[in-house]
Amino acid sequence: MSAATAATAVAPGMESGHYRSSKLPDIKLLMWVFLASDIMFFGTLIGTYLVYKGRSLTGPYPADVLDIPLTTVSTFVLLMSSFLMVLALHALRGDDIAKFRLWTFGVAFFGAIFLGFQIYEFAHFVDLGLTLQGNLFGTTFYVLTGTHGVHVSIGVIWLLSILIHSYVKPWSSKDEAYLEVAGLYWHFVDIVWIVIFTIVYLVEFV
Amino acid sequence: MAVSKVTVPVPAPESTPSDGLFTRPTWTTGIASWLTTVDHKRLGLLYIFTSFLFMAAASVEAFLIRLQLAVPNNTLLSPDAYNQMFTMHGVTMVFLAIMPLGIGFANYFVPLQIGARDLAFPRLNALGYWIYAAGGAFLYSSFFLGGAPDAGWFAYSPLTSLSNNPGNGTDFYMIGLLVGGIGTLVTAMNLIVTIVSMRAPGMTMMRVPVFTWMMLVTSFLIIFAFPPLTIALLQVIMDRTFGTLFYVPEAGGMPILWQHLFWIFGHPEVYIIVLPAFGVISEVIPTFSRKPLFGYPVVILSGIFIGFMGFAVWSHHMFTTGLGPVVNTAFALTSFVIGIPTGIKIFNWLGTIWGGKVVFTTSMLYAISFLFTFTLGGITGIMLAVPPFDAQAQDSYFVVAHFHYVMGGGALMAFFAGLYYWFPKMSGKLMDERIGKLGFWFLVPGLHLIFFPQHIAGLMGMPRRTQTYVAGIGLELPNLLSTAGTFVMLIGLILLLVNIVHGVLRGKPAGNDPWDARTLEWSVSSPPPHHNFDHQPVVNDRDALWVQKYPESVHGERVPESASEPYDAAGIHLPGQSWYPLFMGLALLVFSYALLFHNFWVVGISLAMVFFFTYAWALEGVGGHHFPAGRRGAGQHSKEGHA
Repeated sequence: MSAATAATAVAPGMESGHYRSSKLPDIKLLMWVFLASDIMFFGTLIGTYLVYKGRSLTGPYPADVLDIPLTTVSTFVLLMSSFLMVLALHALRGDDIAKFRLWTFGVAFFGAIFLGFQIYEFAHFVDLGLTLQGNLFGTTFYVLTGTHGVHVSIGVIWLLSILIHSYVKPWSSKDEAYLEVAGLYWHFVDIVWIVIFTIVYLVEFV
Repeated sequence: MAVSKVTVPVPAPESTPSDGLFTRPTWTTGIASWLTTVDHKRLGLLYIFTSFLFMAAASVEAFLIRLQLAVPNNTLLSPDAYNQMFTMHGVTMVFLAIMPLGIGFANYFVPLQIGARDLAFPRLNALGYWIYAAGGAFLYSSFFLGGAPDAGWFAYSPLTSLSNNPGNGTDFYMIGLLVGGIGTLVTAMNLIVTIVSMRAPGMTMMRVPVFTWMMLVTSFLIIFAFPPLTIALLQVIMDRTFGTLFYVPEAGGMPILWQHLFWIFGHPEVYIIVLPAFGVISEVIPTFSRKPLFGYPVVILSGIFIGFMGFAVWSHHMFTTGLGPVVNTAFALTSFVIGIPTGIKIFNWLGTIWGGKVVFTTSMLYAISFLFTFTLGGITGIMLAVPPFDAQAQDSYFVVAHFHYVMGGGALMAFFAGLYYWFPKMSGKLMDERIGKLGFWFLVPGLHLIFFPQHIAGLMGMPRRTQTYVAGIGLELPNLLSTAGTFVMLIGLILLLVNIVHGVLRGKPAGNDPWDARTLEWSVSSPPPHHNFDHQPVVNDRDALWVQKYPESVHGERVPESASEPYDAAGIHLPGQSWYPLFMGLALLVFSYALLFHNFWVVGISLAMVFFFTYAWALEGVGGHHFPAGRRGAGQHSKEGHA
């Protein structure tokens, strides 16, 4: 890699060693494109939920099971995890590795709390008689929120992997793109939850 | 030139150390080198080869369909077998033959056209291919494991419900397309990143070759159109596997939702297939008319406009489902509108030919036949966009004729033009023009003989997807002509294959630029060296190579060779090969079978394999070779890489 530094002046577009026609790192661009596609995945699931809203022939109906205060708490936890994500990236950019590790752990931990709430909620709903096969609300609700839960789980595993990797091979501000990509994903999953929370939970009680 | 004096102190080739679980494989010849390859050119060839295999299978199915329909009351195929044949013919041609053929050309030529060394994510590119190959093999194994899918390529609900369709066939369709779609998605994402961030210095977006431009639009269509299909497939899989209620009318589910989701994907899919074809035509016609493309910006913009409008016309597939006059009118209007940019492009190509010194190579003949045939398919498309007419022609052979003119006479002929155009670059040999032209004069008239009578049969009321017809209602002649056409077209296809084999074995050396072409892929040797470009190309106009060759004939000027210097300083890095794309594809294949046979232990194991390979993939390190730019000669690297 000493070849790049041997060049006397760096030509425009050559900052990363080989010529690139975009300022964005490849992985970041890839993540943006993936998220654009993921919008359509969630859009289709949310669309299905809305099309089938109010069409269940038997209960339990949304108003019978949804618990706004409980889900508000878990939503708040997820929102705060996004805040920690920002702090983690900021710390890494400033080469403050201890804080970067702390906040990254915090994001994963808050994500895990959110998942705990979701597992509790699912178990509770099943107790109340809402099952995957019972009615259309159950079918659409579990598949939509379950898909979101899978996204959060992947995010938690990803962040924990970053945390572990930061001990194996010390991270520095040079690696910020890798964390930022995970952050983009995390914020996206968070935003999707806000949409789901609004459409599935809040609208029910308007 | 001064280029060779650039001080690059790296001794070549320098192996980059790998810190992964396994070292990166370094085979350069033999089967393992193909299984582990991440080279976009090899993957492009694999895509093209595999798509031809599937096209052969689809041709056999089409042939059986036509034999069955040759005479009335025929009993060659049972209704059940007939359903499997037309379903698999459609699924294969759309998902396994024509679309991957376009992606194969894109793999090979997008990096070369934009002056890049490879795609942005070479391993991801390999993953896309292996998932496609695994998905295709999975779908075709259905013939031996309980019967192929038989609900049509659109698999309308509730035909696909467990009670209506208890066999495995529908599961093969749903799971196969779900997994295969992942491969298409990652390839599209990869192409977008590549085209945005790996263009050569000076290649602004309005200097990008049209084929690459159309692949960019296509890739965006893929990333937005495939998710609705993926979710719809997931819903049916959930219905059939876990007893959910998405498409169960008794529980309030609405089968029409499947139609909406399918066509929200399905109509953009038409453009996913045909925009790359437009791109090929936009390369072939200027080259053989020896003129720049007429109205380049308009061609690009109408391509983008088609991309947008492609998402606004899906309900014209559903005019007879009772959506009501307002919805039907709206979608009729958007469908008329999407005909405008397509028509504009036709005039752009005609304007390019107009006044040009046209060279009638086989490639150009296919391109011209594309203009005729695609326009005919477009005209019947506009007819079908009129709801009252559609109500009459719906589900008749008129529709079959329409989309075969667009897909077969349009997209496929364009890709054959592309095959004849790019074959010398890919193989280093020329195809025989006499065999090529002879084949053309069987293939294209054969195609019209098959599909033109189907317009008439359709207007006389012959329904699609029906195994036979009775005698004495006037359907004998069009059907007999149509079946006769398959034999004529078959001769053309055989001559095409003969020409390919003949070209590979006995073809005359092609040289770098046999067509006196315009874009950068023709500036390197045929086939191109592993690293593509010895020097980073620098671009100062459209038709970058043409400007280099004939600076006096255009407003541009030659780029001096020294312009590459600052960009060559970092040398060329070739990525290491990898087993993980293949392993990941195999894990997904295991997943597919496990899900199909409801073996959830194996589903868990296969997902654990995917999980493990993800880490192995992430941690296997960069690998590969780094060496200074400016080396001459193809194949030089591969010998060194072996050492």
